[in-house]
Amino acid sequence: MSVKQQQAKEMALEAAGVDAPLYAPRAKIYPQSVKGKFRRLKWAILIATLGVYYFLPFIRWDRGPNAPSQAVLVDIEHGRFYFFFIEIWPQEVYYLTGLLIIAAMTLFLMNAVAGRIWCGYLCPQTVWTDLFLAVERLIEGDRRERMQKAGQGWTLESVAQAALKHWAWLMIAWWTGGAWVLYFADAPTLVYNLATFQGPVTAYIWIAILTFTTYFFAGFMREQVCTYMCPWPRIQAALTDEHALNITYRYDRGEPRGSLKKSALLREAGAKAGDCVDCNQCVVVCPTGVDIREGLQIDCIQCGLCIDACDTVMTKVGRPTGLIAYDTDINVKLRESGQPPLPAKIVRPRTILYAAIIASIGAIMSFALATRADSGLSVMHDRNPLFVRLADGSIRNAYTVRLANKQAEDRRFELRVKDHSPGQVEAVGSAAGASGWPILTVGPDRTLETRVLVKRPSAGGAARSDIVFELRDLLTGETVETRDHFLMP
Amino acid sequence: MSLAPHDKNMVDAHTGVSTTGHEWDGIRELNTPLPRWWLWMLYATIVWAFGYMIVYPAVPLVASYTTGVFGWSSRAAVTQELAALGAQRAPMVTALASATLPDIEKNPTLLAFARAQGKAAFGDNCAGCHGAGGGGAKGYPNLVDDEWIWGGTLDDISQTLTYGIRSTDPKARVGNMPAFGTDGLLKPAEISQVADYVRSLSGLPLDGKPDLKAGARIFEENCAACHGAEGKGMQELGAPNLTDQIWLYGSDKPTIVEGLNKGRGAVMPHWGERLDAGTIKALAVYVHTLGGGR
Repeated sequence: MSVKQQQAKEMALEAAGVDAPLYAPRAKIYPQSVKGKFRRLKWAILIATLGVYYFLPFIRWDRGPNAPSQAVLVDIEHGRFYFFFIEIWPQEVYYLTGLLIIAAMTLFLMNAVAGRIWCGYLCPQTVWTDLFLAVERLIEGDRRERMQKAGQGWTLESVAQAALKHWAWLMIAWWTGGAWVLYFADAPTLVYNLATFQGPVTAYIWIAILTFTTYFFAGFMREQVCTYMCPWPRIQAALTDEHALNITYRYDRGEPRGSLKKSALLREAGAKAGDCVDCNQCVVVCPTGVDIREGLQIDCIQCGLCIDACDTVMTKVGRPTGLIAYDTDINVKLRESGQPPLPAKIVRPRTILYAAIIASIGAIMSFALATRADSGLSVMHDRNPLFVRLADGSIRNAYTVRLANKQAEDRRFELRVKDHSPGQVEAVGSAAGASGWPILTVGPDRTLETRVLVKRPSAGGAARSDIVFELRDLLTGETVETRDHFLMP
Repeated sequence: MSLAPHDKNMVDAHTGVSTTGHEWDGIRELNTPLPRWWLWMLYATIVWAFGYMIVYPAVPLVASYTTGVFGWSSRAAVTQELAALGAQRAPMVTALASATLPDIEKNPTLLAFARAQGKAAFGDNCAGCHGAGGGGAKGYPNLVDDEWIWGGTLDDISQTLTYGIRSTDPKARVGNMPAFGTDGLLKPAEISQVADYVRSLSGLPLDGKPDLKAGARIFEENCAACHGAEGKGMQELGAPNLTDQIWLYGSDKPTIVEGLNKGRGAVMPHWGERLDAGTIKALAVYVHTLGGGR
């Protein structure tokens, strides 16, 4: 049973007094091409975002002989993330937390200013669906041709075009998956290995997964992802307010809608006639198939294409553009009551709050990055035994000390303990330097774990007191400190 | 899938959407149909579940269970992973087994590996008596401090580990603290005097005014042979140093008297039979680097 037959059956059932089913068939959407400023903006964003996605892994960044030379690299095997001049270790995952907070707040801010900017212009689902639609249009023709072909059933031409379309889709999807894995290994090497069938199995599996999801979501699921699978429309519905700019049909100007001729007659008779000529262009260009004239709705991803469509028609019929435009709920209410609209209030408490959070997290992260030490020192007191009495009666505590060298070359460090003499401190297996303090060498971009023993005379010590370890780079003098405690019986 | 025939009451007046007919206190649930593919996904997951049951062990039978077409089992998977881990570690294990003990401590990579392996083996085999961190307990020596009853060099530790102390191994370390009291070698008064003298060796406070000279004479005649004239002990015989601050059983007088009366002779098993040479080496290095190694 075709979708149309199914729909007809359900409508008949409903007309006969039987309630609508709990499941509805999907109505196929054939979005029509459109020209205009929002379409141009979307092309520009599509080219920019896909360009970054596909080519970023190939950008090189020289980090010396002991580190990868890829600008952006998630090195899972060695637990490193490289982003141009930044190198993040797993224990610095708070940078990721900061980025996620900034990302969330940016979504909130975009939403508070102009609704679903993310959904309409930036979301991968939107961008790839747009690309797939463009390919579909190029091969099978625009809305009218595609609908015709769908009605005609299979012909030699339609089969050939469909095959070509799916091949093109699969190629794009395959490149999408291929680019994904390049972020996790040296891109040129991996491309060579993949092409000569020597790549790691994981890479092939991930390419297959992303090829499938891209092909399936952008080729087939499309608006269903936004309407039924994505949580963001629900969240954004809770975040929007009366000050947010949303794509809005101007009822006051458009209604009552009617054909040009009918409206002209109405105007001649002195009655009110709307500008909407009911040409349905806003509906046919919509990638989610909604009618914007029914108001703001959850299916609408706010991509702006209906604005382009309506403006084109308005220009043709000689009426002012902007019948569909970004507008606020406040203005909708004002126009309803015949009052003039107000300029959108972008600067208001919630946008200031979001911007302030973004700025402060950004500032904290920049400060942390700028002052981030290239060496690390973490100290862990032994849990068992907490202390040891030595033959001469003095008390010794043992610590597991981990040194980190975040530079790409060998470094020698001196480990000191504040308010102690070198004789009281020993790093197991490491020789002491001229100063008497233990000297430790840590390999490039490595950590080194060692056991450090600290001794104090038994007399007059508190049961628990502070102890400060100090790690000093012998070459640069860079010093990091870590506090722990010393326990006595 | 259709519900009961609806009447006018089943259409929500405000939205014009039909309701499901479910009503709670006058509130009716709108019927917002899910897309049909959602339903297909439910069926697909059911089909998938059957496939899963065929491929993997799933159905319990009377005395066994269906093993699945690939014969996969979690035990086999673990065995495989352990084998892979063993293969990955093999070069280091070989290097450890062939290296001499001092060489291991000089090579940072080998040392780190030996300490990691030693720590695991220590937890499995030694922690029961010596404590998870080697802190020891009454009668079980502390391995972290700097006092060694049988010697604290790598070779000493390795020998103790391999052959044990007073164990059934013919090469075990042997040396006994005699039971001076129960065997009638010393009278109770003499035991009390020598106990006071021993406490005085490490500067412990004494009760009353004990006859230290008598204690010293008894010590010289009975104890000095093993513990040395000055009480500094003798590692060849496992006789502890009595002048330092470390006491295996305790430094109070009743404990010392008890030791004099009944003797001491705790047993350390010989691990050479149970553990391979590499593990013994790893353990020796681990214990040696706990902090007291000589």
